[in-house]
Amino acid sequence: MAAPIKAPTAATTEIDLEGLQRSLRRPRTLFSYVMSLLTGAATIAALVPLFSVLYLLVVRGSAGLRLATLRGLPPAALTAGGGIGNAIVGTFVIVAIATLLSVPFGILGAIYITEFGPNTRTASAVRFAAKVLTGLPSILAGVFAFAVIVTTTGKFSAPAGGAALALLMLPTVLLTAEEAIKRVPSRMREAAIGMGATPTQVVTKVIVPTGAPAMLTGVMLAVARAAGETAPLLFTALFSNFWMSRTAPTFLPKTLGDLMKPTASLAVMIYNFSGSPFENQIAMAWTAALVLVSIVLIFNVAGQALAGRSAD
Amino acid sequence: MPITPLTIENGNATGEPDDMSNNGTLIDCNIDELHYGKFKAVRDVALKVKKGTITAFIGPSGCGKSTVLRCLNRMNDLVRGFRLRGQVIFRGQDIYGAKVDPVAVRRHIGMVFQQPNPFAMSIFRNVAFGLRLNRYKGPVADKVEAALRQAALWDEVKDKLRTSALALSGGQQQRLCIARAVATEPAVLLMDEPCSALDPIATRRIEELMTELKKKYTIAIVTHNLQQAKRVADTTAFLYVDTTAGARTGYMVEYGPTQAIFDNPREEHTKEYIRGEFS
Repeated sequence: MAAPIKAPTAATTEIDLEGLQRSLRRPRTLFSYVMSLLTGAATIAALVPLFSVLYLLVVRGSAGLRLATLRGLPPAALTAGGGIGNAIVGTFVIVAIATLLSVPFGILGAIYITEFGPNTRTASAVRFAAKVLTGLPSILAGVFAFAVIVTTTGKFSAPAGGAALALLMLPTVLLTAEEAIKRVPSRMREAAIGMGATPTQVVTKVIVPTGAPAMLTGVMLAVARAAGETAPLLFTALFSNFWMSRTAPTFLPKTLGDLMKPTASLAVMIYNFSGSPFENQIAMAWTAALVLVSIVLIFNVAGQALAGRSAD
Repeated sequence: MPITPLTIENGNATGEPDDMSNNGTLIDCNIDELHYGKFKAVRDVALKVKKGTITAFIGPSGCGKSTVLRCLNRMNDLVRGFRLRGQVIFRGQDIYGAKVDPVAVRRHIGMVFQQPNPFAMSIFRNVAFGLRLNRYKGPVADKVEAALRQAALWDEVKDKLRTSALALSGGQQQRLCIARAVATEPAVLLMDEPCSALDPIATRRIEELMTELKKKYTIAIVTHNLQQAKRVADTTAFLYVDTTAGARTGYMVEYGPTQAIFDNPREEHTKEYIRGEFS
């Protein structure tokens, strides 16, 4: 039935209809079918680790998840209760500091190397440095912040942790912002220049608004990565079993003095407690992990949603 | 005299005496040589654009007609290695003079490009863009409406001013770009093959628009459509490529009233080009 397609001869004008039918006996069809199956299988295989991690996090972490956990302080060994409140606040504060440090430099730097000095030596040096920095082992960022900030201020602190994370975020923010700006169609740039816009107006009124969604995606990626980093925080922000401000859980520390002391974070908490011999602390590490992943997920989804509604 | 700062409140400075001196010449363009790096792109172009007229640049591909047009509002400054020997006198002042700010020049000499290039913003904000650049403090909405009416687009978009300009059709986008350019009431409008990306109906609408707009603005247009030049232009300049000595340098062969160029071309190259296109 599956005869190979016959070459049409001059005499026959009829088409061999059998040759048009799909058949697995034809080598090409078979190959295509097998390859489709393989790609499907590979996709599923790639999703297995992701979903098993999420599954495990939900199963183990949700047991201890209640409002008191989100508002409590880390539990001592062999006690009931306790929570991860200070670690959540600490993570937000440290990542916020890192974002405030890295985003302005990253985006302004990207604007410079694309708009103002695209073919200069500075631009290629910055681009090269940023690419090298993306491969920087995160522990080295921690060592750097330790040497520069912790030893000079004499304290482990949230800003030191934030600086270490900023060092990791900076290249991601800069390179994604550069890509975002490059993808702004050059005819829009020409249109603005043709209208008599100054170079600064071209950037602020056309390039940045048009590239903003893509830039935001880059920032979100960097934030998500930074929130999960442990190594850079180990000897910069260290950890704390207490709230940042001496009083109740206020979410923003009232004075800078409150920032300049060891600060808890979810990542370091997971690191500390997961190696603990005590059952209650291990359970708390699972909860912290679930909360951390949820926060990162919410940030990503929010970023995508913001990026979605770009056009005014 | 120096180029006056743009004051939209008073309309453009159409009433200035300089516009009427020199037999109504608004732009006096004298290009001796124009280089991109080592490449000599254009030589010997000398023409006068008169106020309230449409001047067309025609010629084969690569003859430098777009390059000449872009000289008139210093868009070529963006090209690396661009050098000009010559002068472009606008209202009595050389726009390539050392003290002239190219940004100010472009606010008086607007541009419409080959590909419609609206910004990724709403229709309203596209038209208001130039007003905002100039920190216009008056009634922006009125100016936007007036510009859209001038561009014969108002009736089609009046109910969706806040939607994205990118959702418009190609012809509408190009009329939006014209509205955006005329919103700040420039003295001159440069159009670089404004219809080449459009279908014949949209093209016809833009041509009608041009004849309408020339009552208020002076227009210079590059076109590779000879019929279009014949239909809309008062004056036509024919450019050709000089390929002797391995170079490819554009130069102006002939320049004069459109009818004379098409009916009685003096130069052999012009005759050939126009005959070749029509026969």
